[in-house]
Amino acid sequence: MNKWLASTALAVCLATAAAAQDYTPDPNAKPGGSITITYKDDVATLDPAIGYDWQNWSMIKSLFDGLMDYVPGTTTLRPGLAESYELSEDGLTFTFHLRKGVKFHNGREMVAEDVKYSLDRVTNPETQSPGAGFFGSIAGFDKAGEGKGLEGVKVIDPQTVEITLSRPDATFLHVMALNFASVVPKEAVEEHGADFGKHPVGTGAFSLGEWTIGQRLVFAKNADYWREGVPYLDGVTFEVGQEPVVALLRLQKGEVDVPGDGIPPAKFTEVMNDPEQAARVVEGGQLHTGYITMNVTQPPFDKPEVRRAVNMALNKERITQIINGRAVPASQPLPPSMPGYAKDYKGYAFDPEAAKKLLADAGLAEGFETELYVMNTDPNPRIAQAIQQDLAAVGIKVALQNLAQANVIEAGGAGTAPMIWSGGMAWIADFPDPSNFYGPILGCAGAGEGGWNWSKYCNEALDAEAVKADSFKDPSDPARLAMWSEIYTKIMDDAPWAPVFNEQRYTMKSPRMGGADALYVDPVSIPVNYDYVYVTE
Amino acid sequence: MSETTMPPARNRTAGALDRLLRRKLAVLGMAIVAIMVAAAVFAPLIAPYPPAEQLFDGLTLEGAPLPPGGAYLFGTDLLGRDLFSRLLYGARTSLVIGLVANGIALAIGTLIGVTAGFAGGWAGAVLMRLTDLMMAFPALLLAICLAAIFTPSLWIVALVIALVNWVQTARVTYTETSALVAREFIAAERTLGAGPGRILFLHILPHLLPTVIVWGTLGISTTVLLEATLSYLGVGVQPPTPSWGNIIFENQTYFQSAPWLVFIPGAAIVALALAFNLIGNALRDVLDPTQRGRG
Amino acid sequence: MIAYLLRRLIQSGMILLGVSFVTFLLLYVLPADPVRQIAGRSATAQTVENIRQQLGLDQPFLVQYGRYLGHLAQGDLGRSYLQKTEVAALIGARLPASLLLMAGGIACELAIGLTLGVIAALRKGRALDHGLMLGSFAVISAPQFVVGLLLLYVFAVRLDWFPVGGYGSFAHLVLPALTLGILGSGWYAQMMRSSMIEVLRADFIRTARAKGLGRLRVVLRHALPNAILPIIAMIGIDIGIFMGGLVVVESVFGWPGMGQLTWQAIQRVDIPIIMGVTLVSATAIVLGNLLADLIAPMIDPRIRLR
Repeated sequence: MNKWLASTALAVCLATAAAAQDYTPDPNAKPGGSITITYKDDVATLDPAIGYDWQNWSMIKSLFDGLMDYVPGTTTLRPGLAESYELSEDGLTFTFHLRKGVKFHNGREMVAEDVKYSLDRVTNPETQSPGAGFFGSIAGFDKAGEGKGLEGVKVIDPQTVEITLSRPDATFLHVMALNFASVVPKEAVEEHGADFGKHPVGTGAFSLGEWTIGQRLVFAKNADYWREGVPYLDGVTFEVGQEPVVALLRLQKGEVDVPGDGIPPAKFTEVMNDPEQAARVVEGGQLHTGYITMNVTQPPFDKPEVRRAVNMALNKERITQIINGRAVPASQPLPPSMPGYAKDYKGYAFDPEAAKKLLADAGLAEGFETELYVMNTDPNPRIAQAIQQDLAAVGIKVALQNLAQANVIEAGGAGTAPMIWSGGMAWIADFPDPSNFYGPILGCAGAGEGGWNWSKYCNEALDAEAVKADSFKDPSDPARLAMWSEIYTKIMDDAPWAPVFNEQRYTMKSPRMGGADALYVDPVSIPVNYDYVYVTE
Repeated sequence: MSETTMPPARNRTAGALDRLLRRKLAVLGMAIVAIMVAAAVFAPLIAPYPPAEQLFDGLTLEGAPLPPGGAYLFGTDLLGRDLFSRLLYGARTSLVIGLVANGIALAIGTLIGVTAGFAGGWAGAVLMRLTDLMMAFPALLLAICLAAIFTPSLWIVALVIALVNWVQTARVTYTETSALVAREFIAAERTLGAGPGRILFLHILPHLLPTVIVWGTLGISTTVLLEATLSYLGVGVQPPTPSWGNIIFENQTYFQSAPWLVFIPGAAIVALALAFNLIGNALRDVLDPTQRGRG
Repeated sequence: MIAYLLRRLIQSGMILLGVSFVTFLLLYVLPADPVRQIAGRSATAQTVENIRQQLGLDQPFLVQYGRYLGHLAQGDLGRSYLQKTEVAALIGARLPASLLLMAGGIACELAIGLTLGVIAALRKGRALDHGLMLGSFAVISAPQFVVGLLLLYVFAVRLDWFPVGGYGSFAHLVLPALTLGILGSGWYAQMMRSSMIEVLRADFIRTARAKGLGRLRVVLRHALPNAILPIIAMIGIDIGIFMGGLVVVESVFGWPGMGQLTWQAIQRVDIPIIMGVTLVSATAIVLGNLLADLIAPMIDPRIRLR
């Protein structure tokens, strides 16, 4: 299952246009044709500073570029709009050398000013970007709201940008590959103002052709795209408002090429039992963990024994059965495909008797009553009921609170929820780095009022470890990854979470779709890397 | 109301049951209700399994539910629970909500309607503008918002439904009360020195009784449907407490491959709502032939 | 007439103001913070506070409401918190689909309801009449999601006559419109039946029959127009009933209308969208009722505008 390259092969101090570890184009690929993708939910916006949804994430990736990028189908970093970069000895200053002759969709050439403008914009509170927090390590981030922009981002010449950090940040190159760091042209943003998200202009492989709100979007090939030979497709049509079941039927009729929301659970068995259809299913790992948080500030979850008992009481196999086995039981916060995953760590085995004993040790032989908050869209209430039954077996009586997403997030942030099932709001990694599962959701930073650390777990010793791990210059340094493995193992000792499963992705494609399987379960461009797939007819 | 002298209320109610029993549709309705009530009351005795127990062999290895027949009369749901047992307990939910929510709605509606009609003037106008305001709300939207504000539980759902559903009763009782107040015999009583309390309890409320009974019965049907819809949207009665609406909510993604999970509870909802509609409609014909209109 | 209309319009305005106030209040006390939704999971406390100030959500309730009304008075429904698009544009993009669905629903309920009502009236007291009336009660008692899923299962999944969902062609419209209209068709069948029975008893019909005119001719040319008139006024009221049904029907069929927009907005406390949709719906309901009241006296001179 492990399709990752073990480490990112980027040289640290002097990376040049890295052809060696870059993607090898498919020799069978031929240009032309267009494909149809479906989604249930409408696309909210294509503004890279704002878009943070399942469906617009990969669309934005194809419309825009950042300084960094990933090798298609992998989590390996490669240069994007930056041709190369240097990192200073103290690990605080990045110097990015931009590619020459890259043009925005409006025909203007992209220069260093645009990079600065884009980073200033995304960190300006007026933009209200949900991704602003990722840029916290850039010097001057705290003062970004005062209209002067980031003092840590300097334009040296039209082809060179220098970014100074206030602390070493091993994940910074990943951050530069996030959609939020996409380079946008100032004049287009100013022309459309708050409606830029409906009139996106970037440097990406595709440009937006047509958008009928609530119905469909059409992307057209960017003939001037700066990467040689791609994209292959002339266009991509996204039809929204399509129920997953409908999308699958249309796929079977040949009207749809990829159902963006995947194979609907009710149809899963049927599809997998039909060899012809099953052959077109692509399975892949996903940087996702479904977990239960336990609020460590609230009795009885202030006792580690109780939290461990919850971990042992869960029959994770049964829970994955409920979602048709489309997941693997989880033992730790990190998903198996994430660098830093502790392969040897086995976690808490399913053992109700041992769980009861632990509860008795904690003085709770009679069990106790508590509440589990859960988002009210299928299958989450069902999963919560399975959890409820498992916990009842060891004497923990759980009342379910099925609420709208916003209400669950509120209860989690305010610390009023004793337990939360993360499904539906779950942590799908923003970028493939172990630190992404720590800071906001397990570290002290997120444990305050309103933060996303719903366990309110704050271990300062581990926070210090995390800072150390992130001070490495190379994010894929084995020593760094080992540190992260240890941090997560220690977290599991304290057990503020009960990790339940890691979802697997199952994508389906029409017979005419070509390109390596990895492109269809691309860990970054979900569901499909539009830039590199092609059609065979 | 064309008659000028109102016959004593008792005469209209007396013999109503006899006349009701002569109507086939009403009898059908009462039979359905009787069956549902029996199912709800005796659920613990009839149900072959606990309604919330996720049975180990209730799912196939791939996690699919089992079809009707075999060990499970109506099959199992997506968590491997016995659908028949859940339906029996679901009848409890529907009936409890139907009675409680509708009882509250009826009480609020009658209180506001009668007060507005009886007091008239400024207070009456304010109360009736309030009902106009409620009429202008998209009911479902309001219910969803209310359900989101309060943490959902059986009683909260009942309360939310009541808060949305009192308007019709208020309007009808208002119209009737104001008509009664304007009538000669009330004026005569007043000149004879009867206090407002005496008039209200001796003359107005008894005359309203048939209307309240009719609307109360029809209202149960509306309530059952609203509960089902809220639960279907996931903001009503919360699992694992079974309600026919939330059974459909939990299982609808499978409705193509496991239609029984949607259509058996669906049929139960229709049957119960239909029963109260039939009874209510017959009651209206029997008790109060002048009242007609949309529910 | 003009004075009446003016008074009713002012009243309607007051009602809408009330609706806006109550909804705004409900959303204000909602235990969910829209800023958290906007700021995302990696936001610092500072970012959250900045956004709160930007949106004026740190202000007291009455200030916020006053500001909303101020913008509303200029025809500005605000911008969606999460989509960052004008609410008016979002509603505008969704409204045609919902209106189409409602028009289809009205057509279905009238076509089915009136036809069956006439047939029942003509067969009054016979088995067909009883059957139709029982049927009309059954459809009134059926929740829309059950009807929708049933139609979908039978006509789309099993028989494959219609698409399973989606939007764009007439075939897509049939099942959702039928689902939306079937509830009302029960009411119309019942009303049409009683109205028709009343008209058939009237003297002029007896005269026409006595003159020797054919039964069908009498029914179609004389009875039907008279029986239909009182029912037309009800269409205005349907609008209100449909507004509630849209959320359910659109979600069952994946219809890209206002119902879906509303449902997503509620899930994510996108207050400007919820406010906008509520106001548009309430306006439609109020105007529908006004229309019904205005049409009634034109059809039936016994009814006076008060």
